[in-house]
Amino acid sequence: MHSFSYTRALEVETAVQEKAAGTKAKFIAGGTNLTDLMKAEVEKPLQLIDIRRLPLKNIEENTEGGLRLGALVTNADTAYHEQIEIRYPLLAKAILAGASAQLRNMATNGGNPLQRTRCYYFYDTATACNKREPGTGCSAINGFNRIHAILGASESCIAVHPSDMAVALTALDAKLNVSGPHGERVISFPDFHRLPGDTPHIDTNLQTDEIITSIDLPAKGFAEHHTYLKIRDRESYAFALVSVAAALEMDGTIIQEARIALGGVAHKPWRNTEAENLLKGKEASAENFKLVAEAIINGAQGYGHNNFKIELAKRAIVRALLQAANMEEKS
Amino acid sequence: MQNQTEKAITGIAPVPPPEKIPLTLKINGVETKLELAPWVSLLDALREYLHLTGTKKGCDHGQCGACTVLVNGIRINSCMTLAVMEDGNEITTIEGLAIGEELHPMQTAFIEHDAYQCGYCTPGQICSAVGLLAEGKAKTADDIRELMSGNICRCGAYTNILTAVQSVMQQKGGSHA
Repeated sequence: MHSFSYTRALEVETAVQEKAAGTKAKFIAGGTNLTDLMKAEVEKPLQLIDIRRLPLKNIEENTEGGLRLGALVTNADTAYHEQIEIRYPLLAKAILAGASAQLRNMATNGGNPLQRTRCYYFYDTATACNKREPGTGCSAINGFNRIHAILGASESCIAVHPSDMAVALTALDAKLNVSGPHGERVISFPDFHRLPGDTPHIDTNLQTDEIITSIDLPAKGFAEHHTYLKIRDRESYAFALVSVAAALEMDGTIIQEARIALGGVAHKPWRNTEAENLLKGKEASAENFKLVAEAIINGAQGYGHNNFKIELAKRAIVRALLQAANMEEKS
Repeated sequence: MQNQTEKAITGIAPVPPPEKIPLTLKINGVETKLELAPWVSLLDALREYLHLTGTKKGCDHGQCGACTVLVNGIRINSCMTLAVMEDGNEITTIEGLAIGEELHPMQTAFIEHDAYQCGYCTPGQICSAVGLLAEGKAKTADDIRELMSGNICRCGAYTNILTAVQSVMQQKGGSHA
């Protein structure tokens, strides 16, 4: 591992100041991705600011009738929180579909959306990668790209975002509260992650001198009609090839509102609200779900090894919607 | 002179190695003072500095679970955390589970049910299983399989590991370790 200095921050304000003043400084909390990237010498910070002692460890009611998740609450404590289990089971299920029990005990709510792609070329410093070293090229486009993007990719990068939790938070229209040297601001989840374009080294719209302090869940949790369907190479402890967070508001068999977010297919959790609106006022049926799946996957592009994801994603969307509508048993 | 050359080439002055950082860990009930460089993982601190080699280094990337220990009673991968970050915390390793000569029920169960072959993953499996029982979320065999999936066994002793964990769960009523 690269040599670095280590400090601890006790207040959000001082943490932000220290980061702004530092040279190549990084925050560390759960550390489950950053320490790994440092061992691989993909990340080489000169300073680590340990933020685990910041007072961001509560889950509490927010002003919009939902819940506010502290950035330093662990993924495990969030998924097993009674109010999350009851009001936001989609979020609980997505969190528990990711990583292992040990990692969920370490990883935090603020860190999870900031984890970086598991593209093998990003991790392999012997290969070209625009995300790791801008301007060097993308090894995945003409390489082994079985796990890579089918939507929203660019000539520069076809990596996918690995988080399950972020897919559920995108479907739920959660908001991130962030703090920086110029004060606080709110970023909605669908606007948090970026598409690669020609700047794939920038994963999110969080500025380098900002810190996530909490995540706000809106009142609507879709507890009655939801599912998180994750398709992967093994049943547990693997990243998604395709995942679907589906949430429905229903009046009898008629759909009032639909939310569909996909993981494993793009550089960010993928949502298409125009396609979602096709289901408004429609009967919950496999036929209607197929139309929406076609609309969401319209324009998808494979890169050889990942061509299978296009059909897989369509079928996963239909299956997830059937499960959310309680027309098929949840898997 | 050489430094100037390096600076000219890289644009960054060479960084002197930082001071070692003092920290205190309560390891298996014993308060232990250490001075470590910040990049020493908790796993390396245990094995290389304290010679507690029961905790194993498998992948060193949080993928195999061989390094599982309990921090304040919660199971984590000790390879994925820096020792300095755990300052003030209580660490329980495989060496700390037995009371004197009396094995922890989970250790006894692993022996009784032959829940290992080569034994390399066993300390991590046992610490993970102790953590699992403390969490109290596993009710069925499938739950145990799912919540133990962070511990890989290349010999494939999973069937007997499951039996061992189940037997302790039944003894304890499934609610605590």
